[in-house]
Amino acid sequence: MSVVQGMKTMDPKVPSKTQELTYELKVKQVMRKNVTSLKPDSTMNEVRRILRDNKISGIPVVDGDKLVGIVTIEDLLICLHELGVRGIDEKVKSRMTKNVITVYSDEPIIRVVGKFEKTGYGRFPVVDRNKKKLVGIITKGDIIEGLLRKLEIDYLKEEIHTYRASHIFTDINSNGSTLILRYRIIGGEFTKAGEQTSKLRKNLLRLGFMPETIRRVAISAFEAEMNIVIYTTEGELIANIQPDKIMINAIDSGPGIPDVKKAMRPGYSTAPDWVRELGFGAGMGLPNIKSYSDEMTLESEVNKGTNLNFVVYTKK
Amino acid sequence: MKVSEIVKILDAEILSTVENESQVNITMACGSDLMSDVLAFIKSESLLLTGLTTPQVVYTAENAGVNVVCFVRGKKPRGEIVDLAKEKEIVLLAAKNGMFECCGKLYKNGLIGCFEISKQKSLGSKI
Repeated sequence: MSVVQGMKTMDPKVPSKTQELTYELKVKQVMRKNVTSLKPDSTMNEVRRILRDNKISGIPVVDGDKLVGIVTIEDLLICLHELGVRGIDEKVKSRMTKNVITVYSDEPIIRVVGKFEKTGYGRFPVVDRNKKKLVGIITKGDIIEGLLRKLEIDYLKEEIHTYRASHIFTDINSNGSTLILRYRIIGGEFTKAGEQTSKLRKNLLRLGFMPETIRRVAISAFEAEMNIVIYTTEGELIANIQPDKIMINAIDSGPGIPDVKKAMRPGYSTAPDWVRELGFGAGMGLPNIKSYSDEMTLESEVNKGTNLNFVVYTKK
Repeated sequence: MKVSEIVKILDAEILSTVENESQVNITMACGSDLMSDVLAFIKSESLLLTGLTTPQVVYTAENAGVNVVCFVRGKKPRGEIVDLAKEKEIVLLAAKNGMFECCGKLYKNGLIGCFEISKQKSLGSKI
């Protein structure tokens, strides 16, 4: 059976998710609960009928609450082979297997997998550890089904966890939560210029903000990132994220802007030609940030650094 | 306008594509080598024509919501830039014609400019 063989071929040093689950999952989580059972005095004809109607291959035999045996399709065939048509009147108690191998409902399914492998049986009755009462039945098929179900649930949970973090603001109980994300930017690294904004953008998507809001933040942050890469040695983008607004602080340690008013004028640029060759430095960066954001402040001191802040109010 | 139509009109080569390429709909275009200009006026669901082949072209497209970029004058970006575009799910095309010819051909076939839309929707629009 695939469960058993599949586990043998896996690398024993690295437990797979399925292997972990076989330790985690308990018999009661995967077993079939509404078990059709027979009494010791039932006839083999009843065995035939139940097997056919339920499309199963084995039936537990109980006396009161107590499990006393198990009767299978094989027992029926042997009985009919030996006695012919008269076989159907035989009592179950004379044909059933009496020393039944059972499993406990609170056992991890790895134990059951081991028992299937060792005995070659197709099913085990499940009994309650304390009361010894029959509570269910388990087959290899039930184990596979149970594992797949659990894997699916885990996968869905993981997917929600990975791709949607939008619940974070409702999960954290406060009168107002702020998520702070920091992104370090190295000056002069042109091949990577834009990477930090790209990361920020991805997180904003995961947080569930509207595309239009994200676009405004991303364009502004990208311009700010480009300015840091072009003009400074290093800087940082700090995003203060709240459900109703996203504030970005772009700071660097120099060289500073001598004339902030001029720098804000569309088309004004101090960028050297090599920056223009990269598609920037056309004097549109700061005006772009101003037009895409709702609020913007720019403070700069020559040789000290620049502190740019902008806010985008979110639309929900 | 569909990507396949743009490819046909410009006789362009597809450098990278996306899974749902046939569903990508281009409503307008913008041609520029200045990314800040592009960021100032371009709209989502548009085509960017450019002679620039830096990674910032891809980042510009990503941030501005541009889903198709066409490099003009036979320029092609380096492999890692093509990979970056694939990761960001941006279609990359390469056309042999120059910027003017490419823009003219597309405009003649009914594709309008982003700047035109900007003017229509008033320049001060934040979107």
